[in-house]
Amino acid sequence: MSKQLISVRINDELFEGEVEPRKTLADFIREDCTLTGTHLACEHGVCGACTILLDGEAVRSCLMFAVQADGASLTTLEGLAPEGGPMTPVQQGFMEHHGLQCGFCTPGFVISAHAFLRDHPDPTEEEIREGLSGNLCRCTGYQGIVRAVQRAAEITREDVTA
Amino acid sequence: MKAAPFDYAAPTEVDEALALLDEFAEDAKVLAGGQSLVPLLALRMSRFDQLVDVNRIEALRGIELVGETLVIGAMTRQATIERDEEVRRHAPLLAEATRYIGHFQIRNRGTIGGSIAHADPTAEYPAIALTLGAEVEVASVRGRRRIDAGELLESAYTTTLEPEELLLSVRVPVWGARSGFAVHEIARRTGDFALVGGAAAVTLDEADAVARAHVVLFGVADRAIRLSSLEAAIAGQPVDQLDLAELAREATAELRPPSDVQATGAYRRRVAAPLTERLLRTAFVRARRAGDPTEEAAR
Repeated sequence: MSKQLISVRINDELFEGEVEPRKTLADFIREDCTLTGTHLACEHGVCGACTILLDGEAVRSCLMFAVQADGASLTTLEGLAPEGGPMTPVQQGFMEHHGLQCGFCTPGFVISAHAFLRDHPDPTEEEIREGLSGNLCRCTGYQGIVRAVQRAAEITREDVTA
Repeated sequence: MKAAPFDYAAPTEVDEALALLDEFAEDAKVLAGGQSLVPLLALRMSRFDQLVDVNRIEALRGIELVGETLVIGAMTRQATIERDEEVRRHAPLLAEATRYIGHFQIRNRGTIGGSIAHADPTAEYPAIALTLGAEVEVASVRGRRRIDAGELLESAYTTTLEPEELLLSVRVPVWGARSGFAVHEIARRTGDFALVGGAAAVTLDEADAVARAHVVLFGVADRAIRLSSLEAAIAGQPVDQLDLAELAREATAELRPPSDVQATGAYRRRVAAPLTERLLRTAFVRARRAGDPTEEAAR
């Protein structure tokens, strides 16, 4: 049960910490790195609020132990857009189409949507709904979120063609 | 909730992992993709003194065609299997079934070996291993052995693996020409555990009679089961003369699926029949198409 020293690159910044093996990656991100943009709700892999990018791939950070991420490179919500800089197309879409109400699930949705749109740049509504099925929202009824992702895809395409 | 304390080791070689498993035996647990184990630990439904994380063992990853067998390293991620060209060509059923597993975030971590060793009675991979007649290769400090999927799956969340054994690879036989496959499951929402699921693999002869058929249901018993009586009833029969609806009804009539908050056992049995019929119908159509040279050229 002895603590282990780990180093994890998060949003291009190196974080080191001494953690108990049972500490989840989500708790490490929030408590040790004070990056509280990653939210935790169910803590057992159902809700998707804690979704982050691990070496570029979307994963649930509550379903990994921090020790497993030693040497890995992560992106959390804070790392998507530069501070004070322009929002990402996904963030812009969420703002324009009311993709959130209370905002608790939003970090997970935004991260998932980033990974989803990277792999499906021109998705149908059905594909979007399936792509978002790993994230739960209790406020919006999902309509605004689906429109937000459609808008994000549109903005991304405009950016590419512009 | 948080997991109870445990000691953690992340070996980079199979032999190191085997030595740890030998030392700690039932006090140790192998941590693969963690998409089932970590929730069980977090909810304190399970606890172990020692976790052996095999994510850093490179030798457990990879997909290779060896003769007529697709050998898939136990730690190959579901997302990799879903997209792999070799899998699509030589074990299309495995690729198709992978899309039913959880959500893409889960498939980015979940592994084939972990899923099979976990032996969830509603899970896709144990059922597909059974459908395709796969074997697993396992090792302990005492040596290696191969176990047929049918002998591996003992009951709910229980396999015939010994606590000291590590699952190394899954060996999926390539089904030959004129083979067709189908997988489908009934779930309330995309990514949910299946209420009832099933898969079929068939091979037809030149006269469109059934040369070989494996039909599997999952979510209807304490493990994935083959419908042996149905397989025997259709063996050698011309496809066009089979009354699939009646055969499926007979084959599922004796099932006693579990009831839970999601669905009653009676409901599960009721949908098992049309599901079985649909699986066979789809597999037969695909088997015929797989044997048609013009279709082959068009693909």
